[in-house]
Amino acid sequence: MRELLRAALVIARRDFTAVVLSRTFILFLLGPLLPILIGFAFGGLGDRISSTDLRPVVGIALSARDSGALERAHDRLTQRMGDQALPRLRRVASSPSPRVQLARPDSEVVAILSGTLVRPVLTGKAEDLDKLQGDVSLLSTAALAERTLQFVTVERQEVATSLGAQAQARLLIGRVAQVVMFFLTILLAGMILSNLVEEKTNKIIEILAAAVPIDAIFLGKLMAMLAMSFVGIAFWGGAAFAIFLALHDGSGALPTPAVGWPLFLTLAVLYFAMAYTLLGSLFLGIGAQAATVREVQTLNMPITMGQMLIFFFASYAVDHMGSAAELAACIFPFSSPFAMIARAAQDGAIWPHLVALVWQGAFVALIIRVGVLLFRRHVMQSGGRWWKRLFRPATG
Amino acid sequence: MIGDTPALSPAPVPAPSARPAYALEGHGLVKTFGSFRAVDGIDIAVPAGTIYGVLGPNGAGKTTLLRTLLGIIDPDEGTRTLLGEAQPLRMARQVGYLPEERGLYPSMKAFEAIAFMGALRGLPLKEGRVRARAMLEDYGMGGSIDKPIRQLSKGMAQTVQLFGTIIHEPRLIVLDEPFSGLDAINQEKLEALIREQARQGVTILFSTHVIAHADRLCERIAIVAGGRIRFEGTPGEARDQLRSQVRLRTRVSDGAWRRALPADTVAEDGAWLFALPDEGIEPLLRALLDGQAGIESLSIERPGLHDAFVAIAGAAAAQQMQAEPTSEEAA
Repeated sequence: MRELLRAALVIARRDFTAVVLSRTFILFLLGPLLPILIGFAFGGLGDRISSTDLRPVVGIALSARDSGALERAHDRLTQRMGDQALPRLRRVASSPSPRVQLARPDSEVVAILSGTLVRPVLTGKAEDLDKLQGDVSLLSTAALAERTLQFVTVERQEVATSLGAQAQARLLIGRVAQVVMFFLTILLAGMILSNLVEEKTNKIIEILAAAVPIDAIFLGKLMAMLAMSFVGIAFWGGAAFAIFLALHDGSGALPTPAVGWPLFLTLAVLYFAMAYTLLGSLFLGIGAQAATVREVQTLNMPITMGQMLIFFFASYAVDHMGSAAELAACIFPFSSPFAMIARAAQDGAIWPHLVALVWQGAFVALIIRVGVLLFRRHVMQSGGRWWKRLFRPATG
Repeated sequence: MIGDTPALSPAPVPAPSARPAYALEGHGLVKTFGSFRAVDGIDIAVPAGTIYGVLGPNGAGKTTLLRTLLGIIDPDEGTRTLLGEAQPLRMARQVGYLPEERGLYPSMKAFEAIAFMGALRGLPLKEGRVRARAMLEDYGMGGSIDKPIRQLSKGMAQTVQLFGTIIHEPRLIVLDEPFSGLDAINQEKLEALIREQARQGVTILFSTHVIAHADRLCERIAIVAGGRIRFEGTPGEARDQLRSQVRLRTRVSDGAWRRALPADTVAEDGAWLFALPDEGIEPLLRALLDGQAGIESLSIERPGLHDAFVAIAGAAAAQQMQAEPTSEEAA
């Protein structure tokens, strides 16, 4: 085992430096920041769009007294319900036919309120009336009761925490952690698919296979790519944290996951490593069978679809804590890291994570071993029935 | 050290610290690819400290045999030991291997590539870098030390790979067609390097289909054809497989003395050519003198290794073609 790790480290070191010290690695690091910058640019645009008042405007074609009462009622209700709760009001000239008035090109209202406060008539398209009818009824009622309407004062009783709110927040943390882990895995693990093609096309595989066990080659490549991923994640995470600190105004504390932030972040790193190596070892095994880059590209699509399925499975499980589906997602090796990080956000128990990490680690070893044996069988054309050699020491 | 007919004497089981008498051994090795038997029941033993050549025509099974002995691929049948160890990769640190298909990372610098190959075999990277620089300097490639492999010529890249094969000072060096792709000067340098390693007690096993190198270098050879060893022994013993050729010139072109010439005699450029008879040349000479043939010149030529190789491998190939008419299709 010691020799296997030593050899794996030699391979890992070569691969890691070959990738990290190349010029293209700078592009790799900067690549994900581009969407963030674009996101900021479009975010600013979005803010401007959202600041534009898009509430529907109702034209008031009532008597002056009714119109005034309606506007005052609107102001009083807006103070309590917020700016966006009610439609805007605009006085329009009384017209014998609101239908004609709405059909005019310069009409800026979506509906016209005519009649009286006691018997209001709202004219507009059916779908607009569906939305506005209740609001107009509320406004008219409040206007009619202008003098008698007294708002009841609600007594405030503040608590530090609310279990319901906490559960919601933790669910959210679990979901966010799953999504982040999934995207990092899908972005980074896919690169492993083509990892052995270089060795095969450059005929280096013969030198490696003569010197070290193929298990060490696979393990070394996984270690190198994982280390490279951590470099990327540290860079992107650092950039994201810096942006967060720059933009965060200090208001509102972050909700705490069930296991606490330090352990949650540690588990996130471990589960990412597990998700990465689980998928990575599978990709390495599949990619190793491919003879050319074209074959690897062809394999990309079904593999991405498989990843999506796993993610959907884990996402479904996060909403159903304690259900059979969630348990299955925690047990199934490929969805296990995603399901378990969501569990860490919502459940404070530590031991399931220790079990899960051992379980996932065992599957990494198993998948690597199967990949190696298939590689020896189909690429190196060596060995007999691969399953008979599954648990033999990796010596050649 | 024997072909497929005689039995091998059992190799002594080495004590952990003792060096085995044979650096490499294979018994009853069989390796098939589909229905094609690339290695077909080979017994081989390479004595420690010798230069041993595996000779054979293209497609004879030399590379598959070497790969099997080194543990790169497993045999379908048979056993092997490498430096006394049944799991060849356990002795990887003691072995250097130059494959037939050369391979290096194109972006790696020359000295890094050598050090990396040493590191694969257990040499610390730092030490490997120092040795690699020194080797390249000594070989006159100092200007290429920091150059990426992709900027080197094919011959230089091959030299880099060769240095990577020996940088960790192995006890056994296996070279698969090491001379292919090298110019005459580099071939000579490589021969000198092989001799130097052998002087230091390193066992060298190499395959080739160019007989001249084997003739100059090898203490023992195995001629492989059709996946089997057709001959095993010293180059001298290989030559002895063929009878010496006699070239005789007579002053008189015809006479009763001609009946004394062997049955395989042919005329060529005014001379009689025939294989040296089993009973020697003396009875024939006596007959020629008695018959007044007038001996103008007589030479007895010992066959070269090339002749022996062609005869052994060619006969084996012909024999195989008769025995297995479909094997070539399967290949």
